[in-house]
Amino acid sequence: MYNSLSSRRNFIKKMAQLSAMTAAAAMFPGILFASEQEAGIPNSANLDWKKGPCRFCGVGCGILVGTENGKAVAVKGDPNCSVNKGLLCVKGYHQTMCIQSKDRLTHALVKKNGKYVKTPLNEALDIVANKMKSTIEAHGKDSVAMYTSGQSTIPEGYVASKLMKGAIGTNNLDCNARLCMASAVAGFLTTFGADEPMGCYEDIDHADYFITWGNNMAEMHPVLFSRMLEQKTRRGAKIIDFATRTSRSSTASDRSILFEPQTDLAVANAICYEIINNGWVNKSFVEKHCNFSKGLTNIGYGTEDKFNFKDKPEKIDFAAFKAFLNDYTPEKVEKYSKVSAKDIKYLASIYGDPNKKVVSYWCMGMNQHTRGTWMNNLVYNIHLLTGKISQPGNGPFSLTGQPSACGTAREVGTFTHKLPKGVVMNPKHRALAAKIWKVPVERIPAKPTYHATEMFRAVDRGDIKFIWTQVTNPLVSLPKTSRYRPAMEKDSCFVVVSDVFPTPTSDVADVILPASWHIEKSGLYGNSERRTQHWDKMVEGPGETTPDAWMTIEVAKRMGYGDLFPYSEENHVEEIYNEYRQFHEGAKHGMAPLEVLKKESGAIWPYVNGKSTQWRFNAKYDPACKEGSDFDFYGKPDGKAVIWQRPYEPAAESPDAEYPFWLNTGRVIEHWHTGSMTRRIPVLHKAMPEAYIEFHPDDAKALKIRDGENIKVTSRRGSCVLPASVNKRGLPTRGQVFVPFFDENMLINDVTLDAFCPISKEPDYKKCAVKVEKA
Amino acid sequence: MPIKSYLAHPKTGEKQTLINALSLLNGCEVIPATNQDVVVVVTETSDDASDVILKDKIEHIDSLKLLALVSGFNTPQN
Ligand code: SF4
Repeated sequence: MYNSLSSRRNFIKKMAQLSAMTAAAAMFPGILFASEQEAGIPNSANLDWKKGPCRFCGVGCGILVGTENGKAVAVKGDPNCSVNKGLLCVKGYHQTMCIQSKDRLTHALVKKNGKYVKTPLNEALDIVANKMKSTIEAHGKDSVAMYTSGQSTIPEGYVASKLMKGAIGTNNLDCNARLCMASAVAGFLTTFGADEPMGCYEDIDHADYFITWGNNMAEMHPVLFSRMLEQKTRRGAKIIDFATRTSRSSTASDRSILFEPQTDLAVANAICYEIINNGWVNKSFVEKHCNFSKGLTNIGYGTEDKFNFKDKPEKIDFAAFKAFLNDYTPEKVEKYSKVSAKDIKYLASIYGDPNKKVVSYWCMGMNQHTRGTWMNNLVYNIHLLTGKISQPGNGPFSLTGQPSACGTAREVGTFTHKLPKGVVMNPKHRALAAKIWKVPVERIPAKPTYHATEMFRAVDRGDIKFIWTQVTNPLVSLPKTSRYRPAMEKDSCFVVVSDVFPTPTSDVADVILPASWHIEKSGLYGNSERRTQHWDKMVEGPGETTPDAWMTIEVAKRMGYGDLFPYSEENHVEEIYNEYRQFHEGAKHGMAPLEVLKKESGAIWPYVNGKSTQWRFNAKYDPACKEGSDFDFYGKPDGKAVIWQRPYEPAAESPDAEYPFWLNTGRVIEHWHTGSMTRRIPVLHKAMPEAYIEFHPDDAKALKIRDGENIKVTSRRGSCVLPASVNKRGLPTRGQVFVPFFDENMLINDVTLDAFCPISKEPDYKKCAVKVEKA
Repeated sequence: MPIKSYLAHPKTGEKQTLINALSLLNGCEVIPATNQDVVVVVTETSDDASDVILKDKIEHIDSLKLLALVSGFNTPQN
C-alpha cells in the first residue's frame, strides 16, 4: 500500500478517500470500510500474511500483516479472529505506516555535554547498567525505578518485574496502566476478589440493552461499537449512552442521557434505590451469592505528596444498605446530577426488567475518577442486585484502553503492589514468586512503594535518582505535567527512555534506547476479554533497534543477575512465556500453551482442558466453580461477591468564580494516546492534525468565541493554547470544555490536576476547574 | 486533474445496485461501507469538463438517493 502512496497524486486520492470516510464516520458512528483494507494491497503473489493483534487499543482486533521482501506492505483484519471478524478501524489498517517515519530512533543516543551522541547499543546498555548499579550502591535499591506500560508485551512486563522485584529487590515498578485501569482493578478486587471481566465480547450477540457509562465507544472501541450497531440493526438491541458530553457514540445510540460530572456516583445509587423499592431485586441470587459492606468516607483526593489511605471495610446487612439509599431517591439526585428523575427511573427499569439482558460498558469515564473504585463497585452493585452477571448477554464489562493493560500490566503485574500472581503484601504470593524466580524470598519486599503519580513526585523530590521508562510517554500523558516535566529535567535523576520515536519524554533523557516496534519482535498481548494473543516477528527493525525485553535482560546480565535471566536472544519470548505460565497454573487462571496461541487468534483464560472459559463464576461455563454451585465468586474466600455502600462525594476541584469551567480530556478515533505513532501516519495526521478545545455553542456565543479562534485555557497548574472547536465532533454540556490529549504541541496535561482515587491511585483526567480566554 | 470524494447514499435496499452502477463508470473508485448504507466515491478526471460530465453521470444513476461532495483537489498534470 505504501508504494501506491509514493506519488503525490495517489496520496491526494487517499486523502480524498479518507476525508469522505471521516465524514461518513461523523454521520454513522462505528461505520467500517472493510474493502478499503484490501484496496491498496499490491497484486503480488509473494505476499506472506502473518497474524497478530493490532498494536493499538484494548479491543485486541486480529490483524494480518502482508510482508514482501522483508517489508510490511499491507494490513487487513483477520477474518478468523472472533474479536473483529475481519474488521478494523482506521487506526488498525494504517498501523504499520509509522515504522518508516524518517525520525525513527534507530540507534542509542547518549547525552554528552548537553548533546545527544549516537552510541553503539552495547555501550549504551553498559552505561544504563553501571548507572543503575552505582545509584543503588550510593543511595539504596529504592532510589531506582522502572515505569513501563500497558503496551509492553507480556515478556517485557515479566522481565521488568523480575529484574526490579526478584533481582534488585525493590517494588519501584509501576506503569501507565495505573493511569487508565487501576480503578477497574481495585473495583474487581474489592467486589469479586479477582481481577478482569467475567464476560466476553460474545455478550454483544446476546444483550438486549447496552448501557455505556461515560464511554465514547464509537471512537475508543470502534470495532466493538460496530458490533453493537450490527445487533441494533439486526435484532433491535438498544444502546443507551450515559455521559457528560455528546459524542459520536451518543448520536448513534437510542438514548443519550447527560449528567453533571462526578454525579454518576449518585445516579448509580439512585438506580439501586429504584431496583430495591420496586421489588426488582433478584432475592435468591443476592441471598446466596452476595455480602454487603461499607468502607471509609471522605477519603481525600491525593493531591499532596506521600498521601496515604487504607480503606477499612465493615460488613453491613441488606437493611442498612437499603436505609443508606434513602439519600438517593431519583427526586433528590436529579437536583444535582441534572438527570431527570424520569430518566433515572428509565435506566433502573432496564436493569430491573428480568426479561431483558443488559451489558454495562465503561472505560476511562468511570476509571479516571477520584472515586473510580467506588464507581466500579456501584455498577457491580446494580448487576449483583438484579443477578444480571456472568451469563451470555448479562454482565458488567470494564473495557481496557491499551492493548495489553490486561495481559501485561494486570496479569503479569507491573504495578508496585503486584506480582505475577497476587500481591507483594501476601507472604504466599511472595513465596511462589521467589520459587519460580529462584531468588531468596526475603529479597522481594512486602511493602509497595510508589504508584505512578507518586513515582514522579519522588523524582521531583529527588528521592528517585534513576528512572527507566519503556513504551510510554509520561511527559505527555501524566496529569499535571507542568510539575513533572521540570522534575524529570533535574540533574538529580538519571533518565533512561526506551522508545520507537522521539517524544517529549525522550527529550529529557540521559540515554535513549532504540526499541523495536510491534511487528519487529515477537510478543504476546492480553486484551479486554481475557484473550491472550501471540505474534511472531514479521520484519527486521532498522539499525540497532532491539526488543525492550531483550534490553532489560542485557542490563540485568550486566548488573550481575545473569543466572536469573538464562534466556536466549532468539527464543526469549517463548522461554519467558513458559516460565510465566507457571504462575497461573490451575482452573482459575490457566493460560493457553504457546502452541495453541501460535495457531489460533488468541485464547481466553482460564484456559482449562483445552478450552477457553467465556463466562467466569457461572458453573455452566466455568470449571473452576465449586461442584454443585450455580454461581461461585471464587475470588472471595466464601464465594460471595460484595455489594458496597459507597456515597456520592464531590470532585477534587469544581468550577468556581475564578475558574468557571469543567475541563474534560480524552481521545479521538484517529490518534493513539499521545500520538507518538499515529501522528507519524500521514493519513491519520492529516485527518486530525492538531488538538482543539471544544465548547458548547451557547458558551462560545456568550464568550464571543468563533470556531478556530485561539483560546488560552488556564487552571491553577498551568495553561495551554488551542483552537476553539464549536459544533464539530463533540458537544460538551454547558459549562464544560473538552480537549483531546494526543497533541504534544498543545500539552493539555500541563493544565490537569493530579488528584486520584485514594483506593486505586488512578488520576482523574476528566474533572478540574479552568478559565478560558482568547489568546 | 481534479480529484474529488463524495458520500453516495443509495435508495432503500439498493446499495448493491448503486455499487454496481458506480463501478461501471470510468474514473470512479467505489468504497462501500461494510455496515451502513453509504458508499464512498472517489473520482479522478483529466480536466474540469470531464469532472462535470462524470458527476452528471453519477447523479443520473437511478439507485442514488443523494450525492454529497466531501473534498475536492486539483493537481498538476504530473
Ligand atoms: S478497534 Fe482497536 S484493536 Fe481494533 S483496529 Fe481499531 S485500534 Fe486496533
